[in-house]
Amino acid sequence: MLGEGMLKGLAETAKNFAGSFVSKGRLTTVQYPEQRIAPIENTRDFPFLIFDGDDAMAGLRCVACQICEKECPPKCIYITKSADKKPDYVGKAQFYPTRFDIDISVCMSCQICVEVCPFEAIKMDTEFELSTTDRFGGLLLDREQLAKSNEYYNTIHPTEAAEVDARLAEEKAKTEAKAKAAAEAAAAKAASAAAASTAAAIEAPKTKELGV
Amino acid sequence: MSFFPFLDQIFVLLQHWIAGLFPVWLQPFVGTVVAVIGIVAAFPGIFAVTTVLERKGLGRIQNRIGPNRVGPMGLLQPVADGIKSLTKEDIVPLSADAVVHFLAPVLLVVAVFLGFAVLPVGRNMVLANFDAGLLFFFAIGASTELSIFMAGWSSRNKYSLLGAMRAVAQMISYEVPLLLSSVVVVMITGSLSTVKIVEAQGGFTGIFPHWYVFTPWGFAGFVLFVIAALAETNRSPFDLPEGESELVAGYFTEYSGFKFALFFLGEYLGMFSIAGFAITLFLGGWGAPFSFLTFVPSWAWFFLKLLGSIAFFIWLRGTMPRLRQDQLMNFAWKFMLPMTLLNLVVAGSWRFFGDGWLRWVICSAVLLAAYVLLGRTLMRKQHLGPRSYRYAD
Amino acid sequence: MTATAFKSYRPPIIEADGDGEVLEVAMGPHHPSTHGVFRMDVALDGERVIRLKPVFGYLHRNHEKIAEKGSYLASMPYTDRLDYFCSLTNNWAYALAVEKLAGLEVPERAEYIRVITAELTRIQNHASAIGFLMQEMGASGTPLMYAFREREKILDLFEELTGSRMMCNYMRFGGCRSELPTGWLEKVKVIVAGFPAFIDEIEALLTSNEILMARAQGVGVLTPELAVNAGITGPMLRAAGVNYDIRKVDHYGIYDRFTFRVPLGDHGDIYDRYMIRVLEMRESIGILEQAIRDIPAGPIMDPKSKIRGFRPKVGEAYGRIEAPKGELGFYLISDGTSNPYRYRVRPPSLINLTVLEDMCLGQNVADVVLIFGSVDIVLGEVDR
Repeated sequence: MLGEGMLKGLAETAKNFAGSFVSKGRLTTVQYPEQRIAPIENTRDFPFLIFDGDDAMAGLRCVACQICEKECPPKCIYITKSADKKPDYVGKAQFYPTRFDIDISVCMSCQICVEVCPFEAIKMDTEFELSTTDRFGGLLLDREQLAKSNEYYNTIHPTEAAEVDARLAEEKAKTEAKAKAAAEAAAAKAASAAAASTAAAIEAPKTKELGV
Repeated sequence: MSFFPFLDQIFVLLQHWIAGLFPVWLQPFVGTVVAVIGIVAAFPGIFAVTTVLERKGLGRIQNRIGPNRVGPMGLLQPVADGIKSLTKEDIVPLSADAVVHFLAPVLLVVAVFLGFAVLPVGRNMVLANFDAGLLFFFAIGASTELSIFMAGWSSRNKYSLLGAMRAVAQMISYEVPLLLSSVVVVMITGSLSTVKIVEAQGGFTGIFPHWYVFTPWGFAGFVLFVIAALAETNRSPFDLPEGESELVAGYFTEYSGFKFALFFLGEYLGMFSIAGFAITLFLGGWGAPFSFLTFVPSWAWFFLKLLGSIAFFIWLRGTMPRLRQDQLMNFAWKFMLPMTLLNLVVAGSWRFFGDGWLRWVICSAVLLAAYVLLGRTLMRKQHLGPRSYRYAD
Repeated sequence: MTATAFKSYRPPIIEADGDGEVLEVAMGPHHPSTHGVFRMDVALDGERVIRLKPVFGYLHRNHEKIAEKGSYLASMPYTDRLDYFCSLTNNWAYALAVEKLAGLEVPERAEYIRVITAELTRIQNHASAIGFLMQEMGASGTPLMYAFREREKILDLFEELTGSRMMCNYMRFGGCRSELPTGWLEKVKVIVAGFPAFIDEIEALLTSNEILMARAQGVGVLTPELAVNAGITGPMLRAAGVNYDIRKVDHYGIYDRFTFRVPLGDHGDIYDRYMIRVLEMRESIGILEQAIRDIPAGPIMDPKSKIRGFRPKVGEAYGRIEAPKGELGFYLISDGTSNPYRYRVRPPSLINLTVLEDMCLGQNVADVVLIFGSVDIVLGEVDR
């Protein structure tokens, strides 16, 4: 009969109209500034730089290897390598970025910089309320703005950060063991050569541990 | 005077009181002015409420919340909309006919307001109670087409022109079933006066009222009238003249700011007046739906019914896709017109049969059979119908 | 395809009636229903279309040339932006091409993850395509909002898995980027189980609606001969009654392990395209249920695959999949360096659009937007 299908449709919309008052599944809207959805752990938007310790600039993990700059698809990372070296998180002397800028008006949040980084130095943030009144300068973040602590990383991506930390700790332990072995070998060599006291051999790895 | 009759007549008494403040020779004039002010204030007020109700209702139908930022629960949204449309730039295309372009929305609103003159919104509450009220309404209603064509033609925009062409074709085609479907009421009542039509539906059987919609011919006439009214007011599913997915905005593509708001207002007022007439003709006007509810003021019933019919229009809009121009015309001439003509015959025989259950059976059967047959033939002829699908593995 | 299927089809009259009153309308690029920036130069006799010229290229972004300048990995996020409704299937097609080029093997688990994500993508794409089609038909957005309500749930799954709702950038050469989060599969199971209810809802709202039938049946007919000759793929081809689904033809990935059917239409009109999408969603739900049931544990990346310094050997490869919109193919030539020598996309949207004029001629101007909507295109893919 003509009109049957339309009546069925009207019944369907009426059901939805009534349902939107009672059922959460039908009215999924969230009143954004007042209400927020629980953050999803894997969410990514723009990259940030991780630092260890308290001093953001001294603790940056980035060694200015410029792989991310090269691999970035929209080419929005700008790095200047330092002339001098400074010790990195495992204690090795490394270059560091004197300039590390990301133009997040160009960045497309693809996460490729994170994947290519061999030093776990750049990660994806979940902060999305980044509007500024300055179209160019305000969206060009420098290394001071980009640097965020490892603790922050642990709070936004707990699972991923735990993995990363475990990996780094393992790496660090390996390096330390190697350094220790090297120091012991050196000490043994020194001992046999100069027949000095054994105290020096014990002191040496301790200074290494402090990360001087 | 006891409380409820007083409440029922409060606006009439107010009008008389205001008129009484003036000298006798001025009183009829002042009384009219007061009534006009009442209409000009009330219906745009309902328009404001309707815009927010429509957006919220549509939102709920679509599982959204709808506007809820301006004022409590978004109820002040019309104020914000009004301020916005007043402060927007009024753009007139360079090649447009500026005078006609300006006159079109004004004419629309004026013509639509005139229709309210013969609409009884309550007991003793009609501005002009003259014998040919219904005729006056349709004559005025037909003149809105002119303003729409003026708008489309003067804009010098191809979409506007197409929209105007569609609007004129559609509105003229649907005038015919609109008029014919209301003629049955005139036949039974024996009067063209809107007040008399309402009074004729005033009685009760048990607790149920004598509304025309509760008779076979009245029901058919009501449905046909509502369909034609939807087409007349360019409401979904007959909103082709605006057809935002096809014609951008149809005849008011080139209108902005307050002129656009006037078109918007005119369209909604047109909807109110035609819904008001559907109520007057078939739903007992300002009469109460049950005999034990007659104490509620008559104007409250009228506006409740009006809001109800607006809600129905919104519901339809939330459900239906849009028809196409040629299908719309086909529908008007091949379905609406035969049905309304048949309904005239049925209404005539209803009168002829006299009282008894026989006329109920015969009239209902004839209308139902005609409806089913006509609908089926129309669908078959155009090869429309449900389909089955095959699968490949 | 049956011989009698299209017998009710009459070629439309496309000559003007000779009174010289032809109205040239430029529909787009700023027209509300061109799905972005697309222009149709339409010549109208009254409201009848007698000529239609599609104009592409307003959204051209040089995707293919950029890909030839960047590394293989660097074009992966750009493939997200081709058909931004279905970034995961785009990823898959590109990954497939590179895997063929470099001879990488995809682990079992990764193949299952790819099927799950691709079928979820197909469902959400078809749901929103139907919504957009109805929007074009003037349905005030109700079906679209219902489709988006369900799509949100799938996008939430994508965000949880890949970190992004639309620009997923998830698949890698030789597997997938990251392991499934804990509890993800259970969530997929719940959402897939709830999806048939949504399809029933949209069918109750639309399928038997007389206005939809009047608007869509017998309108925009595409004959199977023309469809095959023009290289049309996807739901549009199957609506014309041609049994061609790359999941069945190529068995790429692990699609030979799943039982599903390919729905076919007999009329090739808008209604068939709508119904084929509805039926394909139901089939996709079946595939998803099987995939969730069978997914094995194991690695998700080929150990031979490298992230840094990826250099496939000299050669060429064409990887194609059944994307929701049709056959999506990537053609790559490697010269042994870290970036492709030639990179070419075969976008289903663009090729499906080539028959737009044939479908629209003789139809009403109101049908043009409807036919255009039933093709289901994304301008990001048309113009690249």
